[in-house]
Amino acid sequence: MTLTRDGIAYRVARDLPEGAYVNLGIGIPFLITSYLAPDREIFIHSENGILGVGPVAARGEEDPDLVNASKEYITLLPGSSVFDHALSFTMIRGGHITHAVIGAIEVAANGDLANWRVPGKQVPGVGGAMDIAAGIENLYVAMTHVTNKGQPKILTACTCPLTAPGCVKRIYTDMALIDVTQEGLVLREVAPGVAPSAVAKATGAPLRVANDCREMDVPPAFNGVELRR
Amino acid sequence: MSRRPARPEALGSIDLSQFLVFLVVDNVEKSTGLTRQSVDKGGVVINKTLASCSDAVASVFDGATVMIGGFGEPGVPGRLIEALRQQGATNLVVIHNGAGFHDFGLAGLIKDGRVRKLVASFPNYPSASAFRERYLKGETELELVPQGTLIERIRAAGAGLGGFYTRTAVGTELAAGKETRIIQGRPYVFETPLHADFALLKADRADRLGNLTYRYAMRNFNPIMATAASRVIAEVERLVPVGALTADEIHTPGIFVDHIVEIDRDPRLFEPRYEETAT
Repeated sequence: MTLTRDGIAYRVARDLPEGAYVNLGIGIPFLITSYLAPDREIFIHSENGILGVGPVAARGEEDPDLVNASKEYITLLPGSSVFDHALSFTMIRGGHITHAVIGAIEVAANGDLANWRVPGKQVPGVGGAMDIAAGIENLYVAMTHVTNKGQPKILTACTCPLTAPGCVKRIYTDMALIDVTQEGLVLREVAPGVAPSAVAKATGAPLRVANDCREMDVPPAFNGVELRR
Repeated sequence: MSRRPARPEALGSIDLSQFLVFLVVDNVEKSTGLTRQSVDKGGVVINKTLASCSDAVASVFDGATVMIGGFGEPGVPGRLIEALRQQGATNLVVIHNGAGFHDFGLAGLIKDGRVRKLVASFPNYPSASAFRERYLKGETELELVPQGTLIERIRAAGAGLGGFYTRTAVGTELAAGKETRIIQGRPYVFETPLHADFALLKADRADRLGNLTYRYAMRNFNPIMATAASRVIAEVERLVPVGALTADEIHTPGIFVDHIVEIDRDPRLFEPRYEETAT
């Protein structure tokens, strides 16, 4: 059984340390905010100039001047701050934001990330992805393990244009938690009921199973529901 | 003898504008503790306010480079953009993070075929349909710039710098053709400053000297763009007397700002937009 999108977000949230300053991408990464308990002192950064992003605003209580990078109306937590774009990207590029969780189209075994465009005739857009990938030390990818056609997204080399080379440290998917190391990909955890061999089969690059590889500790509610891709 | 000026009703004749100045001075005195003498001494000489957005954009010329502040909706100078759309200047180069929404504002300007080139980081979300249509037909050019590099190029222009080296985009197609250099053992890409003829901005409060403050996420590109254009125009929600903004709270000092237009935003008109999410 694979994890739901929320299951992936739940698993990432458990790894973010107290005091972390975290930039969250759109999609699965943004779901992480739902799994950070209110008593945890983790600061969510939004690239449009907010540190200390709180929950999405209740209907009827939206502030027109308060949106996150996904253009959702949000709230602020006590201790939050607002600032301009130059300072916001100083936080990103200067390595002050400690963690980033982003989506990916492809990740390579050497940590190369492709998440901004697929080849073909369309409007390209990059947003802050290249700044985040180049500047933030603990860059985690949260994504489905395979494409909606069942093709591996973790490969020996990316086929899509790169966002940044060698930047991904860890990959969280609906099947597994994989570390990107100097010696290649290491399988640390599998989703409940998923065999390491099944993860290897769905991965397009050599995968070493860690000696202490274990089953993820996630509530049963996050299992077995078809992923919305 | 008192230095206090006579009350307007004590004068034989006075026009309304003089009367308003007295009211302003009164308010300044109350809110800041400035003496009337210090306010009177300089007189009301600098006045960057204009009556309308159309006055403010009247000098935008064909082929001009125009920066537009804002991210999503906060901080987007919607009234100035609409005035520019009416004004008619064409062949514009627009610098903005995105490409507008649906068919209004910047998207309307693009739809009307007035934008020759867009310099942006994120022009590819579902409602950027006006740009998508023209870009795919080859009618509007795109210079795609990573968001942090975009703001830093604008900052460099405003700060009088000849560019900068960044690790952003190293090893990607957006670094193609650009100078790269190893600094302290790591590769960097050289990026040039980005200046504009005009900057259209939005702020929350302003005074006639051009001092600006912003609310929450309105700030984004606005304070930096304010430094990097030959003519800087801000639409503001509230014009307040000089001194009503304390020195501590001013985000954009008036030195950077040429024109202010007060607009009316009725908070009751605010309709949260939910149909749109970025890709």
